Amino acid sequence: QAIVWDEYLTGPFGLIAQYSLLKVSAGRGRGGSQPCPLWGDAPAPAQEHEVEKMFTLKPGRLPPADVKNIIFFVRPKLELMDIITDNVLREDRGRSPQRDFHILFVPRRSLLCEQWLKEQGVLGSFIHREQYSLDLIPFDGDLLSMESESAFKECYLESDQTSLYHAAKGLMTLQALYGTIPQIFGKGDCARHVANMMIRMKREFPGSQNSIFPVFDTLLLLDRNVDLLTPLATQLTYEGLIDEIYGIQNTYVKLPPEKFAPKKQGEGGKDLPTEPKKLQLNSAEELYAEIRDKNFNAVGSVLSKKAKIISAAFEERHHAKTVGEIKQFVSQLPHMQAARSSLANHTSIAELIKDITTSEDFFDNLTVEQEFMSGIDTDKVNNYIEDCIAQKHPLIKILRLVCLQSVCNSGLKQKVLDHYKREILQTYGYEHILTLNNLEKAGLLKPQASGRNNYPTIRKTLRLWMDDVNEQNPNDISYVYSGYAPLSVRLAQLLARPGWRSIEEVLKMLPGPHFEERQQLPTGLQKKRQHGENRVTLVFFLGGVTYAEIAALRFLSQMEDGGTEYVIATTKLINGTTWIKSLMEKLEPAPF
Amino acid sequence: MSRARADEEEYWHSSKFRAFTFDDEDDELSQLKESKRAVNSLRDIVDDDDDDLERVSWSGEPVGSISWSIKETASGSTSSLEGRDSSLQKGSSSYAALPKQASSYSLSSLFKGEDHHIPYGQMALTDTGVKNYAPELRRPKAEYKDYSSDWSPRDTVRRMQRGKVCSLERFRSLQDKLVLLDEAVAGHDGNVITAVLIFLKRTLRREILFRELEVRQVALCHLIHFLRETGEQKLLLDLLRTDCFFTLSLQLSQYREHLNIQDVEKRREFLKGCIGLPFSAEDTSHVQDHYTLLERQIIIEANDRHLEMSGQSEIFRKYPRKASILNMPLVTTLFYSCFYHYTEAEGTFSSPTNLKKTFKIPDKQYVLTALAARAKLRAWNDVDALLTTKNWLGYTKKKAPIGFHRVVEMLQRNNAPVQVLQEYVRLVEDVETRLNLATKYKCHDVVIETYRDLKDRIQLTAYKCKVERGSAEEEKINSILNNMVRSAY
Repeated sequence: QAIVWDEYLTGPFGLIAQYSLLKVSAGRGRGGSQPCPLWGDAPAPAQEHEVEKMFTLKPGRLPPADVKNIIFFVRPKLELMDIITDNVLREDRGRSPQRDFHILFVPRRSLLCEQWLKEQGVLGSFIHREQYSLDLIPFDGDLLSMESESAFKECYLESDQTSLYHAAKGLMTLQALYGTIPQIFGKGDCARHVANMMIRMKREFPGSQNSIFPVFDTLLLLDRNVDLLTPLATQLTYEGLIDEIYGIQNTYVKLPPEKFAPKKQGEGGKDLPTEPKKLQLNSAEELYAEIRDKNFNAVGSVLSKKAKIISAAFEERHHAKTVGEIKQFVSQLPHMQAARSSLANHTSIAELIKDITTSEDFFDNLTVEQEFMSGIDTDKVNNYIEDCIAQKHPLIKILRLVCLQSVCNSGLKQKVLDHYKREILQTYGYEHILTLNNLEKAGLLKPQASGRNNYPTIRKTLRLWMDDVNEQNPNDISYVYSGYAPLSVRLAQLLARPGWRSIEEVLKMLPGPHFEERQQLPTGLQKKRQHGENRVTLVFFLGGVTYAEIAALRFLSQMEDGGTEYVIATTKLINGTTWIKSLMEKLEPAPF
Repeated sequence: MSRARADEEEYWHSSKFRAFTFDDEDDELSQLKESKRAVNSLRDIVDDDDDDLERVSWSGEPVGSISWSIKETASGSTSSLEGRDSSLQKGSSSYAALPKQASSYSLSSLFKGEDHHIPYGQMALTDTGVKNYAPELRRPKAEYKDYSSDWSPRDTVRRMQRGKVCSLERFRSLQDKLVLLDEAVAGHDGNVITAVLIFLKRTLRREILFRELEVRQVALCHLIHFLRETGEQKLLLDLLRTDCFFTLSLQLSQYREHLNIQDVEKRREFLKGCIGLPFSAEDTSHVQDHYTLLERQIIIEANDRHLEMSGQSEIFRKYPRKASILNMPLVTTLFYSCFYHYTEAEGTFSSPTNLKKTFKIPDKQYVLTALAARAKLRAWNDVDALLTTKNWLGYTKKKAPIGFHRVVEMLQRNNAPVQVLQEYVRLVEDVETRLNLATKYKCHDVVIETYRDLKDRIQLTAYKCKVERGSAEEEKINSILNNMVRSAY
């Protein structure tokens, strides 16, 4: 049989079908001493299922392959259905043996798609139509994502809460495996919906009371629209910057190859690689685990320290005299070599990033962002933004800045908003009215209602802006944005201590309800906490989370007197660019 | 339920499958199987878990209908779990199936690649032929209760969420249909909401559907999304035209349609039609501008293509156009017009001043765009004129709404000669910036004069090594240094 892949899916599937990562996840669970059965065993390699060929989905005739079954792995998207239709219709009916078609929807079968296939007259060609329910995909030991790109857009622009339904289902699955979570907190409309659905699912299915000792003490559901600010700012952690600049997809990043040319004597510059260098980034790599969540300004010193340690270790060989010593040295060699190549990679990446962070434009952009976030000049037209429009910088960059200004001013003055809108439409094209309208609907770009700016109060109460930030040895989460403490994570932090009651006023200023629910546990399962034992909180970001926010939560987990460890789940890993992009109207008609 | 039951009865008797009754399940089963086999004789794989009953739809509707296609084969896990605790699962309530369901969705089972999840296991067997499957185990009677069809709307929605067969046809009264819709919306599962909407769309009169959706905004959004996705533009527009939907910002949905129109004339006509839609005041003016711009572009394009082809115009011969101006943004159009039509009188559509006036382009934007265009053509006189203002006394003054440092950068990018460049570098107000720019672009005179004005001997002396030996600049430095010494004494 052969599998035809929707290319988008190969990423997430790569994650679950890959043995090494799964192993790591199981070993690195942060849930304390409990084993981590969530990921189970890795699936057997494809060959064992007699998969002979893999293709990517594209229009035209399917490539020849001597197989009986063709299985399409696709997302339920209409444009993909069109390609499949094309594939099926062009199939040579005369060939023998005839090939059978099957379709596998990920994460869910869609009536719409089947209806579509039917209208095209090909539905009957599929012998199996199945779904592969993929609710939460493990990305790291403490990170789960649904990789549902359009969740935010669907919830806030289209009032389509299907992704919330899947989130609730995912949480039920998680509870089936990890025990009922006794406390649920939430903030925002979507959070409320998900909590309601969970309660309802539980009620409708009384058998769900399982006898598993709960791993999580608390579930915190957070709407992305409670904190629209954070994703708009440029992330300044190492991992965050890699994502901002190169885009991390399903833990992989593609980098320009120049810096990764093999440095061997004699063949310097002979044949530079032209393919982008693809690297996997996760906590399995010791060095990466150490630096991923650091502020970028603190990465250089770690790298140079590591370099010294490694060269010292290699120097050891001169001191090895006895056979025993030599043997011990040799036994360490593989580990040392892995460490060395890891160090080389990250030094190269850090160099690439440094080229950008030291550029004038990056600095100017960051300065404006930081001014907005600390509340300076948010109520008038910003010169830098105007200049960027005049020079036709990428539209997404402009939109990020304008939205940031709007959010930091609880909406822009009508005059300012109109000015920006006109400039954007005149420079980038009137059709972008659609995008601007979407941003307005999502609350990212709006006129100031009632002329009142709540942001300063929120900023002060939640201490969102810290002037004395320590990037090298941080003592507060604000290090992840070099001054700005992500609002979402602040909410999580304050929930753990001293509790949300202390910030009632601010919570009321943020959109959506805040609430608390309790799920009764049988007495036998109630936790008797040992002294000094950490609580475990699952934070679910509905609508996406950034790497910087994850870094901030990990920082809180590691604080000595923190008392709370965090596991993170989300609908999608995002950054400002991918997020805004998901809200933009697709202006070009689909290529097929 | 009694009402539903009555409906059911009536339904069965009117249905062409009235021969089947529920009295004797076994008997009926075999009948169904036979009939199913007949219907599906073309299918070569008898999927053991695609329940045999499905093709002969219980509602009596033809195979392939909507309610038929709603059925999702989530029951794929039945066979493997049957032996374990099927009676318990199927017996109690229709929800008792959930534990099984939940586990089949679990991550761990996903990763194990259990057979019942993907048809992998079955597929692997295809060489030997799926037909060779062991005879199907007889299923517990209780299971077939799943196919009785007197569920409440609520149960129906619940079942559909879990991917079970459900006939919607039995919901006949408007009341029932609306309860069904509300239940679906309350379940938040878009797939089910859409399924119900498709059913309603087919079975309700349009006016009634629209009227009911008016008070059901979530469902309305799903329907709009569905219509947009499937390209049912006509119904969508009908929906938009209904008075009651003007409160929603759906006019933009219609405006969006212009993107799908390739032919410019048609696109222009379409945009013209959009102007009348009740947008916000702000948006109306943008849509109006969009239309006007495209109208202009069509005229300009026609003229210029002709000019270019005829080869009579020098500018087009020297700088052939790279692309058509159609559908370009306003600022790009302005640039184009400053490039090709700079000297035209205000009366013509293609002149920059006309564009500026029509679209109320701000000065800053205009100067910047014009500068870029003229600098590209190396028309330094035009550049100069753009930056020169005359006051009412007739004095002239250099002014740059965008700041002279930006002017310098732009000219430099277009390889302006040093003589041109230094004139503007000199005008940069901030001394620091001026020195930086002057040094960077080798405007020696400006550097020297600035240091002279600052009376900075040390820097001036140091700068001597940057200029050529024996050049006029070196002489200038020397003479200034001498003068400074003298004046110091």
